[in-house]
Amino acid sequence: MSAPRFPVGAAVRIRRAFPPGHIRAPWYLRGCAGAVSHVVGEMGNPEEFAYGRCDGPKLTVYRVRMRQPDIWPDYAGPPHDTLVVDVYENWLEPAGEETP
Amino acid sequence: MSDSHGHSHPHAPHPHQPDVEDAPLTHHQILELAVAELLIEKGVFSGGDMRRTLEVIDSRSPADGARVVARAWVDPDFRARLLADANAAAGELGIDAGTIPITTVENTPDVHNVIVCTLCSCYPRMLLGLPPDWYKSRAYRSRLVREPRAVLAEFGTVLPDDIEVRVHDSTAELRYLVLPIRPPGSEDMDEAALAELVTRDCMIGVTLPDSPDG
Repeated sequence: MSAPRFPVGAAVRIRRAFPPGHIRAPWYLRGCAGAVSHVVGEMGNPEEFAYGRCDGPKLTVYRVRMRQPDIWPDYAGPPHDTLVVDVYENWLEPAGEETP
Repeated sequence: MSDSHGHSHPHAPHPHQPDVEDAPLTHHQILELAVAELLIEKGVFSGGDMRRTLEVIDSRSPADGARVVARAWVDPDFRARLLADANAAAGELGIDAGTIPITTVENTPDVHNVIVCTLCSCYPRMLLGLPPDWYKSRAYRSRLVREPRAVLAEFGTVLPDDIEVRVHDSTAELRYLVLPIRPPGSEDMDEAALAELVTRDCMIGVTLPDSPDG
């Protein structure tokens, strides 16, 4: 595998996009920012598999860790609680470059 | 009215347990049946192959995961291998953990891990067997990411605020297993006895292993 676009520690955001179809980026996390905690490796794209397209390029999968208050501004627990989610690279952008 | 069993009052109708066919098939059940029939007709696999595969899936149980956890508690080298590659580590114990990569997330005095799949119900079936119904419920899937401490408290797990609760939303072709902390009071227990302390729910992360001290 070549060097990942987002190394461990990179500040990333899940794109705030709402396309139709089979989507693996949970709705509640779109637009939320965190940091890459682990680069999992390259995997086939399930958003293409869902339509029988199995020959497309693989995508790097990341684990992204977020602070709960960055997901839910009114989060009830302590601010150091976190959530880690698996994200395919097509759903990530640098945290500073939010897609309008 | 004929009376064939010795008394004459009319019986109230007994409630019948519905047959499985009594509920209409859903769209996706029909689709699943149709796809399975087509694959068998086309010779991709046989009905026997499918039955054997289902039997293997149904034979899995949390006892497999518990053996893995107990070994990790008594063998630090195994623990390191489990954290590096859970599928290979399970294989050392003769457990076929399948081909989907399983990541072990280790509880520490500072971090408590708990697993959910908000999109569907991804679950490490090869180590824990079939998931409980609540794991697949919309309530668990939506609430665990929104108010994890409230959900944990409903399972009887109240964690102090200085511990980080870390929720893992399993959305890719990856599975997660929680490695709990070996409970206090278990220092003199052997591996088999330790495995008895490891329940399904503590490998999902909604509870902690009971201490043998009570």
